[in-house]
Amino acid sequence: MTDKNGFFDLSKTGLTRRTALKGLAAGAGLAVAPGFVRYSQAQSSAPIKIGFQSHRTGIGAAYGRWYEKTTAAAVKAINEAGGINGRPVEVIIEDDGTDPGRGAEVVGKFATQHKTDIVYGTLFSHVVIGSAPAAGEAKMPYFVVSEGHHVASTKLNRYVFQPGITDVKSQIQSMAPWIATNAGKKVTQIFPDFAFGYDHRDYLPPALKAQGAEVIAQIAIPPTESSFTKYFPQIPAETEVIYHVMVGPAVLTFVKELGEFYGSNRPQLFGFIDSLEATDINSPGLEFLDGSHFWEGSPRYAQPDDSAAQKAYRAAVGIDDNGAAVGDPKDVSTAAHMFGCWETLYVVKKAMEDAGYKGPEDRAKLVEATEALTEFAEGPEHPQGPKTFNGKIHQCFGIQNISKVEGGRLNVVHKTKIEDGLYEPEGDYTTQPL
Amino acid sequence: MHFGPHLLLAALEGLVTSAVLALTALGLSLVFGVMRVVNVAHGEFFMLGAVLAWAISTAISGHPSLGFLAALVLAPLIVGLIALVAERLVLRRLNYNPEATIVATIGMLYIIQQLALTFYGPEARPVEPPFSYRILLPWFGYSGYKLSIIAASALLLVATWFVLTRTKIGLVMRATQYDSETAQAFGIPVDRVYAGVFALGAMLAAVAAVLIVPISQAHYLMGQDPLLLSFIVVIIGGLGSLRGTVVAAVLIGLSDGIISVFFSPTLAKIIATLLVAMVLVFRPQGLFGTASR
Repeated sequence: MTDKNGFFDLSKTGLTRRTALKGLAAGAGLAVAPGFVRYSQAQSSAPIKIGFQSHRTGIGAAYGRWYEKTTAAAVKAINEAGGINGRPVEVIIEDDGTDPGRGAEVVGKFATQHKTDIVYGTLFSHVVIGSAPAAGEAKMPYFVVSEGHHVASTKLNRYVFQPGITDVKSQIQSMAPWIATNAGKKVTQIFPDFAFGYDHRDYLPPALKAQGAEVIAQIAIPPTESSFTKYFPQIPAETEVIYHVMVGPAVLTFVKELGEFYGSNRPQLFGFIDSLEATDINSPGLEFLDGSHFWEGSPRYAQPDDSAAQKAYRAAVGIDDNGAAVGDPKDVSTAAHMFGCWETLYVVKKAMEDAGYKGPEDRAKLVEATEALTEFAEGPEHPQGPKTFNGKIHQCFGIQNISKVEGGRLNVVHKTKIEDGLYEPEGDYTTQPL
Repeated sequence: MHFGPHLLLAALEGLVTSAVLALTALGLSLVFGVMRVVNVAHGEFFMLGAVLAWAISTAISGHPSLGFLAALVLAPLIVGLIALVAERLVLRRLNYNPEATIVATIGMLYIIQQLALTFYGPEARPVEPPFSYRILLPWFGYSGYKLSIIAASALLLVATWFVLTRTKIGLVMRATQYDSETAQAFGIPVDRVYAGVFALGAMLAAVAAVLIVPISQAHYLMGQDPLLLSFIVVIIGGLGSLRGTVVAAVLIGLSDGIISVFFSPTLAKIIATLLVAMVLVFRPQGLFGTASR
């Protein structure tokens, strides 16, 4: 190897003592320059970046839109009150198309490209299950608002949390006594044929059995299905209660066809409001629902005993007394679920403040601080009601509402207690390494 | 439920599926038969029909049947116009090359789908049926509107058959399908026939969508299933054969209905796909198609 230009020969470069001194001085000057100081200040007041994995398109689009509205309202409230640790919160939204594969990519994009502090906001259970490994690998705290039992089952990983909404197993367990006592003993289940539906399939039969009732048939329907009448003959004639929970763009068709099939001569109906979320219960063809009951996480219609916090929350998000967007009565919200976004963001705020969170290097501290939380008092930060939190299974527990369709609105007729929904933990995330 | 009423419900459901499928598949079959173009964007014309039906019926106030009737007339016309423009701008410039048009129509599929997503949004929106009469049978209730879909579809199929076999337009189309070069030599404006056929195919899909949208809902992804089923029907029935398409649509629709009701919808799809494989192996020209020359 030759070095014709003397490129590697240091003796030939003009590095004199004077140049070296100049360089040193310049470097020192840069370090004390006002610009440098401003930069270090800017780092502490730089926004906390929350990556929002939103179902903007695909079968979860109606939820995605309202999750975004609720998130925007909560972030506005948090920022107006001084942000988190004195830093403003910035939300970066990526569409996951309600698709598990895309969901995992979005988590990766947040980790490597946007470099967000956490990822948040996923609803559909198959997307959560598909994205959780990516969050675990990136050591990215992942706060979901999903309702599924997968987080609490401890089958995911230590970075996944669900602190803002209760899980299906807990919901079913707390409502089973009411169903068995008030609706009937012979229950036929209709549920979507994917992860969220399987939680209903697996946890309702034992919960009802404990109350002396039984599930006599289980009908799984693909969430992309567009026609439902063909499934209804599978409902046994001796059914006393149809327990229905459907998701996807065709929920209105599902309920309409159920009405066409049975008319007023129907068994009792107990549904998860998911079957009608973002859909007006006064749509033509839904008259037969009058007198039936629904689970609601948070009531869609304003109730006479609403707390001041609940009223303030509804005003901030922009929904009227009928649970529709203020100014557009046809734009019905996903009120039963979206409160979870509001509450989750306040849990994130609390945990970040407890951890003294500064940046991505403190993610492990944030995980531990979240695990250390035990309860959330009812109030402006938790308008749906009081909750407890089990740090070992990363899941919160709260009250459930059972509402009756009366006079074209949903009136809450029963509220469960937190204790009704507690169960033995199935594992412990805190034993996993960080 | 007893076997009799169970079978009746299955048959009714199957016939509704068949009715819509026959119209959609006929559009695909026409385009394929006359132009030798595999229109992968066919399902999106179907979706456009439904989305436009929603837009038109919500724009017109008054009794829901007014809005629906307007949609039934206007939506297919608008979709036909869009198809015409697409044909002029894209397919014609590719000289209807079979491979190039497949790729081009895949592109059209995504463009139409994303435009619908941008301007219409990701929500599923309902269209009110023109009438909501519930037929009360001793064992179950059934939507009167669904039965009217079967009748409307049968009427439209007869009309299409009449146009294709008894009018000069039909004669010109059949001549083009039989041998486009000879047709051109005899002074048939093959180029304009192609444009017309492509628009007509899209209109058939759109009209099927307008009929189904009151019992389904308009959604930007709704074109996928009809596309797949239409391909199945066209392959089984035979390319460019009106009779084959209708027979195959009834066959697939009824078997889908009956197998879905008695067993599971997934099994119905499996069997339909198996049938396609069998037809391709043992009778590649389809049940009623003629072997290619």
